[in-house]
Amino acid sequence: MKKRKFGLAMSLVLAAGTFLSACGGGEGNDAADGDNGGGDSTENNFTVAMVTDVGGVDDKSFNQSAWEGIQAFGEENGLEKGTDGYNYLQSQSDADYSTNLNNLVRQKFDLVFGIGFMMEGAVNEIAQQQADAHFSIIDAVVDQPNVASVLFKEQEASFLAGVAAALTTETNKIGFIGGMESEVIERFEAGFRAGVQAVDPAITVDVQYAGAFDKAELGQTIASTMYSSDIDVIFHAAGGTGNGLFKEARDLKANDPERKIWAIGVDSDQTAEGVVEAGGEEHNIVLTSAMKRVDVAVQDVAKHAMDGDFPGGETTTYGLAQDGVGLAPLNEELENKADIETAVNEWIEKIKAGDLTIPGTLAELETFSAE
Amino acid sequence: MQMSNRTKNIIVPIIAVLLGILVGTIIMLITGYDPVAAFGALWNGAFGDSYFTGETIRQITPYILAGLAVAFAFRTGLFNIGVEGQLIVGWLAAVWVGVAFELPKVIHLPLAVLAGAAAGALWAFIPGLLKARFRVHEVIVTIMMNYVALHVTNYIIRSVLAESSDRTELVHQSASLRSPFFESLTDYSRLHWGIFIALICVFIMWFILEKTSRGYELKAVGFNQHASEYAGMNVKSNIIMSMVISGAFAGLAGAMEGLGTFGYAATKGGFTGVGFDGIAVALLGANGPIGIILAAILFGSLKVGALNMPLEAGVPNELVDIIIALIVFFVAASYMIRMFIDRISKKGVK
Repeated sequence: MKKRKFGLAMSLVLAAGTFLSACGGGEGNDAADGDNGGGDSTENNFTVAMVTDVGGVDDKSFNQSAWEGIQAFGEENGLEKGTDGYNYLQSQSDADYSTNLNNLVRQKFDLVFGIGFMMEGAVNEIAQQQADAHFSIIDAVVDQPNVASVLFKEQEASFLAGVAAALTTETNKIGFIGGMESEVIERFEAGFRAGVQAVDPAITVDVQYAGAFDKAELGQTIASTMYSSDIDVIFHAAGGTGNGLFKEARDLKANDPERKIWAIGVDSDQTAEGVVEAGGEEHNIVLTSAMKRVDVAVQDVAKHAMDGDFPGGETTTYGLAQDGVGLAPLNEELENKADIETAVNEWIEKIKAGDLTIPGTLAELETFSAE
Repeated sequence: MQMSNRTKNIIVPIIAVLLGILVGTIIMLITGYDPVAAFGALWNGAFGDSYFTGETIRQITPYILAGLAVAFAFRTGLFNIGVEGQLIVGWLAAVWVGVAFELPKVIHLPLAVLAGAAAGALWAFIPGLLKARFRVHEVIVTIMMNYVALHVTNYIIRSVLAESSDRTELVHQSASLRSPFFESLTDYSRLHWGIFIALICVFIMWFILEKTSRGYELKAVGFNQHASEYAGMNVKSNIIMSMVISGAFAGLAGAMEGLGTFGYAATKGGFTGVGFDGIAVALLGANGPIGIILAAILFGSLKVGALNMPLEAGVPNELVDIIIALIVFFVAASYMIRMFIDRISKKGVK
């Protein structure tokens, strides 16, 4: 009885094996041919690829911005999407980072981006094993000679957002929704609070963390509580969680078109998220967005690498001065739009001139003074 | 009659797998992807060269242990949905021991591995106790304990272990499951010694359930609590014992990730998914030791191979999630397949 069971199992496993390997063998040859062909015809082509974190390539924020940068770089240099041009791989769990990075190195991409601080460990390890490959990591520092680390001065963008928020609020109460507590989000928080403080220290900022970047319903709950406690401007640095903020603001506006409430977007210009029909008119509740131009940084690093001066072992920080961060255009519905614009531009000049250093941590915020 | 039942237990999962692949192929054809290229890329991504084979075995390791955890509880009539949470605390505990102490390898590595198992066991002990003493349903408690595990470990990593960074130091070499031998064999894949621990655990599960009187009692409680109690068995202590052993397997799965795959613990925005996939592994493997190994091999290859599909065949790797979901669906709907087999074999008899 047992023997029969075992024999049956074996034969089925073998059958499945041959079935699968038949597919595999055929395709394997095709793929190998394709690779060789590609390699011969495009030897001088510079190839670049990226690995997303678990947010996926269409997260309307961080990963998407990086991918847009790579696409723009590819188009500019006549590359095509694929294994001999530019490409991306998505990670579905933390365990996938390493496999994806290695896979791209094996496909002989000249430069491989790891998007997000979560990939720090994987990039550090693989960079040591694959010493000939070139890597770049966004939002973290990996101290290896073949890794270009990219950081942003998020605090400068969120400082400007704080200024705009402080000049807009009528209740003198402002909200901040963070994703997970981390160094990057701390920079957003510190800069934002500093911006508010620089305009009027009497304005209070209510800070709440959602604990996740992908929980829109949680973002909506927090936003709802904040708006109902008299807060009229909320800034989010919470990725997908922030979509809940926009939804809550749109709903409130649709119910009461006269009510003055605003939301501030992050990473890219999120104006499109704020469109709402209220009282027969079209309104927009997005005040502005604190932009973090991952696309600019990715293109910049890729360009340097292609030109042969890859910034390996260096950490490049992109701030206002390098157009790496900035403030998106202000909402047209603002009554004092011109005033805010003037004030924001003044601060931009000061920051660019180096007269003012924006705090990047809560500890620095304690001692910050706009004077 | 009994023999045909056993045969069916083997045939049904295999038919489910084939049906899953078949429907997946149809979906690919409808959505305009090339299924041959897709399955080719899947195969290459899982076994194409030594690196990928190493990664696949690396992925199989926690799947085996998570499958064992679910299956062991199930054999005693308990649904341990909390494997994910037990895995996360096991991961943290193992890394904690790996980072905090400096000991000779013969002591340090076993200590770290056992710490992971103990943490998982402790995490499962709570729902086991609540179930035995107060009849609180273990499904609800274990699901909730997953969230507690996720956020508590994140907090501990940030505030105790890593000083407000997002991940811990690497575990000391003396607590690492990695080996230069495997690295050179598989071209720097993250394959580690954990696969042997997983296989030993398969044997342990089989041994406990089939060769000890305790195992007999555990199974008896699973079949019928009232009859077991009437026969003089202590149902309560068996329920707790079953959850503790199940949790220990789950904790070991976490220790494999912490000491082998990653070498550190990092804050997580969400679950690893390994614990939940373990439910599917146990289901497909019919809660038996050999079945779990085969199911873990299948799921591990699918997961790792899928990562290669967008690159080589332009097929989104979400499609593999759909295929896995379909396989689980067909296993869960095995009654349908059984009925179908019955009809065919009856016709054959006539």
